Amino acid sequence: MVELEPDSATVARPRPWRSATRARAGSGRGAAGAVRARLRLVTAVTVLCVLTLAALSVPVLSAAPGTVDYQAIRLPPGPGHPFGTDTSGRDLFVRSLAGLRVSLLVAVVSTVVSTVLGTVVGALSGASGGWVDRLLMRLVDAVNAVPHLLLGIVIVALYQGTVLAVVLSIGLTHWATVARVVRSEVLGLRNRPYVDAAVSAGAGRWWVLRNHLLPAIVPQAALSAVLLVPHAVFHETALSFLGLGLPPHLASIGNILSDGREGVLLGAWWIVAFPAGLLVATTLSVSGIAAAWRDRTIPTRRSELTL
Amino acid sequence: MLSARGVVAGYARGPAVLDGVDVSVPRGSVRGLAGPSGCGKSTLARVLALLQRPWSGTVELDGREIRGARYSVPREARTSVGIVFQQPRPAVDPRMTLCEIVSEPLRVRGVRQLRSGVEELAEVTGLDAELLGRMPHEVSDGQLQRACLARALAPRPRYLICDEMTGMLDASTTAALVRVVIDRVTEEGLGVLAISHDESLLRAWAGNDVIRW
Repeated sequence: MVELEPDSATVARPRPWRSATRARAGSGRGAAGAVRARLRLVTAVTVLCVLTLAALSVPVLSAAPGTVDYQAIRLPPGPGHPFGTDTSGRDLFVRSLAGLRVSLLVAVVSTVVSTVLGTVVGALSGASGGWVDRLLMRLVDAVNAVPHLLLGIVIVALYQGTVLAVVLSIGLTHWATVARVVRSEVLGLRNRPYVDAAVSAGAGRWWVLRNHLLPAIVPQAALSAVLLVPHAVFHETALSFLGLGLPPHLASIGNILSDGREGVLLGAWWIVAFPAGLLVATTLSVSGIAAAWRDRTIPTRRSELTL
Repeated sequence: MLSARGVVAGYARGPAVLDGVDVSVPRGSVRGLAGPSGCGKSTLARVLALLQRPWSGTVELDGREIRGARYSVPREARTSVGIVFQQPRPAVDPRMTLCEIVSEPLRVRGVRQLRSGVEELAEVTGLDAELLGRMPHEVSDGQLQRACLARALAPRPRYLICDEMTGMLDASTTAALVRVVIDRVTEEGLGVLAISHDESLLRAWAGNDVIRW
């Protein structure tokens, strides 16, 4: 005998894939989800603004940020030193924010480098097709086949100790993902009827690329860029932590963390905890903004980018 | 005369959609092409508009054989054959205003003084001049198709291919757009290939000059 299921059963069916991806991208459905998403966006923007402002202003305003004071080694957080002091007696609050400034600068510049490079390669590859496409995509495969950090270390080792080397080592290893995203977008666009119409109107490849393809991929490329920023911060930290990144006198989050290793063993947890907290807060707020943006621009599509 | 001789064409790894087709479009007249859905009308339209390379056979434009398709065809040849698609919405860039869409063929050629040209085209095709500043999603299908026709006529083509141009439109807009094209045929000697699945509509366009597939 056939039993008809009650109506409520149909309500409990699994959601269609569209809403599944939407949920994956961040915001829940309904009014409560919208409020939560809005709240998260506002929090993320506020946190990022405060951190950026602090990172830009505090090291400049404070008298001597890198002053070594052997009378005040490994002081716990207290009135004079909100984050405590490190193994050389430097104030960690100022040093962390100076480090955050360097880390953010490196992250943003290397993100710009890899986004521009990735967009150029991806657009060229998708728009021209044929052997150009095949060649460029094999190049992308080659870059992707080597672990990012390893390739980064090689580049840094060649020109050790400069900010530019760190920027390049991150920028030159992360354009491949951007190139893939941009290429797939261009491939989907280049056979649209409006491109046909432009070709029929006498447009050349360059015209089509500049007027129809590039404007269409700007949201994708910008999104990839925003998602890359936290990733680049981590890479800079990892390189500096390994002793390959920035010179020790130049405070960066990675340098501070690597200095703080032995401090932790002596019970000075704050040397690691506060800079790491700043790093996590920055990364979370940037990816929060990216998630909100992704929700707004491409709710039905999963990003190819992995963090 | 725009003609296809023994054209075999199709899409990657599929069977041939067109298998040895001969069609010619003389100047100064309208030739109709009627056939059911899926018989290759649109493929023929793309081949004749020099947007798709036939697998074999030739396309001749005013006695000159055209090799290749798309970017490899000289601009002058491409702009001699205009095309209007069935659906106006995918045929316009969603990020451009109607003015930018209509003026694209002029801008491609480096024409700077666009205003008079665009306004004249809008007037000829019955496109409301107030709509020129709008984006495609802000206007109706009918107005958008008028913009597409204006764009196709902008480079003053010698031939026009109307691939189900009026398929999405109501009767009055259909009549208006057909009138615009017929005027060009009588005044400027435009050669038109009108493609549709609706033979009775084609008879209104082309009289008895209708090819049936």
